[in-house]
Amino acid sequence: MKISKTIYLFFIPGLILYSIFFLYPTFSAIFYSFTDWDGISENFNFVGFENYEKAITGDSIFVKSVGNNMEFMLFVVIFQTIIALIFAIFLVKNTKVNYLLRALFFFPTILSSVSVAFIWTFVYDPQLGILNQILGLVGLDMLTMNWLGNADIAIYALAFTQVWFHAGQMLIIFVAGLHAIPFDLYEAAKIEGATKWQTFKKVTWPLLAPSATIVIAYTTIQSFQAFDLVFAMTGGGPNNATEIISTYIYEIAFRGYDFGYASAISVLFMMLIALITFIQFKVLRSNRVSY
Amino acid sequence: MFFRRFAVFIYAVLILIPLIMVLLTSMKTREETFQNPLGLPEAGINVDNFISIFYEQTMAGYFVNSATVTLSSVFLTLFFASMIAYGITRLDNWKGNVLFIVFTLGMMVPPQVNMVPLYSVVLNLGLTNSLLGLILVNIASTLPVAVFILTGFMKTLPKELFEASTVDGAGNWKMYARVALPLSLPSLSATAIFLFVMHWNDLLYPLLFITDNAYKTLPLALLDFQGQYSTNYPMLFTGVLIASAPMVIIYIFLQRYFVAGMTSGAVKG
Repeated sequence: MKISKTIYLFFIPGLILYSIFFLYPTFSAIFYSFTDWDGISENFNFVGFENYEKAITGDSIFVKSVGNNMEFMLFVVIFQTIIALIFAIFLVKNTKVNYLLRALFFFPTILSSVSVAFIWTFVYDPQLGILNQILGLVGLDMLTMNWLGNADIAIYALAFTQVWFHAGQMLIIFVAGLHAIPFDLYEAAKIEGATKWQTFKKVTWPLLAPSATIVIAYTTIQSFQAFDLVFAMTGGGPNNATEIISTYIYEIAFRGYDFGYASAISVLFMMLIALITFIQFKVLRSNRVSY
Repeated sequence: MFFRRFAVFIYAVLILIPLIMVLLTSMKTREETFQNPLGLPEAGINVDNFISIFYEQTMAGYFVNSATVTLSSVFLTLFFASMIAYGITRLDNWKGNVLFIVFTLGMMVPPQVNMVPLYSVVLNLGLTNSLLGLILVNIASTLPVAVFILTGFMKTLPKELFEASTVDGAGNWKMYARVALPLSLPSLSATAIFLFVMHWNDLLYPLLFITDNAYKTLPLALLDFQGQYSTNYPMLFTGVLIASAPMVIIYIFLQRYFVAGMTSGAVKG
């Protein structure tokens, strides 16, 4: 059936905004990454691959921020996925209590990251924080510390906050995935005398793979977007111990006014995300099954 | 069974304790938090800090800014994205597929990646320190996910519906407004909630584009409080409560839709 040409008009308002505020900036980052632009003046020089060279060979903070970002991502992806999966299995039945508990576990997701940052800055506060207070009460004084001020611990303290923030959302995705598994597969497993673990390994897990793919991909992207949380809780400190790529880009661009260099790092950041997404896609694709 | 209940209990406590602490601390004085950080507020249930934060800050202004930006962004994103989704669904050929890929490409790129060039675009257009600037940037940034969800939904609508109305002489506009939109209502409302949470809570764009207090939104204002009040947690948490209140109230009443909406970005399609 012939469709009227007016259909193309439907794309115009969205396309204009999308081009100006997404496509153009994204591609112009590549252009600016080859310049020494300061973001303000009209003049700038082309510097070839100098910015890239500097980032990869001469900038220890950048290298550190990539490492921190990977550490943060791995911690969050592993723990958030496991916690969400375990509690999704625990709360899979649609009882009243389970509805309530799922709603509670989901709750932090609706808060702003600035609010979550304040809440956890207080929890981790060395003097006032409940974490140290509780450790003191139960006689574990030797574990009390300045959680966000300790360069070895701070990135994990942030990662834990991120898990608290978003595990509930992933739990809900898993619950939806579990509900989609046909019930007769469980009955068949029961009749054949499968143990709980065997049932999980042969039925639940393989059929949950699509949900797991979504959860892992989503969690990965979220952990690259953790800018707000880090910015509001530690600002990248102490001593760049919690600097992640996005906070470092902000630092260079808006405190150092080196837009050319910040653009080069943005391009590298984009490439890193593309690479990780590609690897995940390959790995998670390979273990899919259907019954 | 015991282990299961115990684990769920621990998780629930871990979620609840920080939240209860926010509520209790917001009713204390600053000195009280130092002497008695965990206990109940001495003055009992009170709203003293609420009153002082409204005196000290232009809270109402921040609130109005947040509401203006959020509601306009959600409405316009849904409007433009549903038009695009309709277009892609109706084209139903390689052109539609290419447009779908172009518009959803943005889902792969976190907003932190292009903040530097985006900043110069907004600056050159004279849209810094303007709510309009925030709204336009918001639309562009959430258009991809909205197009993704809405196209996924519209493609499941029976084609005959559109074809029948074409025979009746309905043009694209009529078909979009009278057929596609009403039938996509479940998907539109889920997307609306998803977008609402994202825009209400967004910090990055206000942080980049707003320096004038008159245009600040709640998350950015909260971040400023950290500088002003430093370790005055009662005031900070009063701010947190005010900034979260609309979301919490809506969550309590529309909880089912929330859960569907906040996961639709990930699950549908």
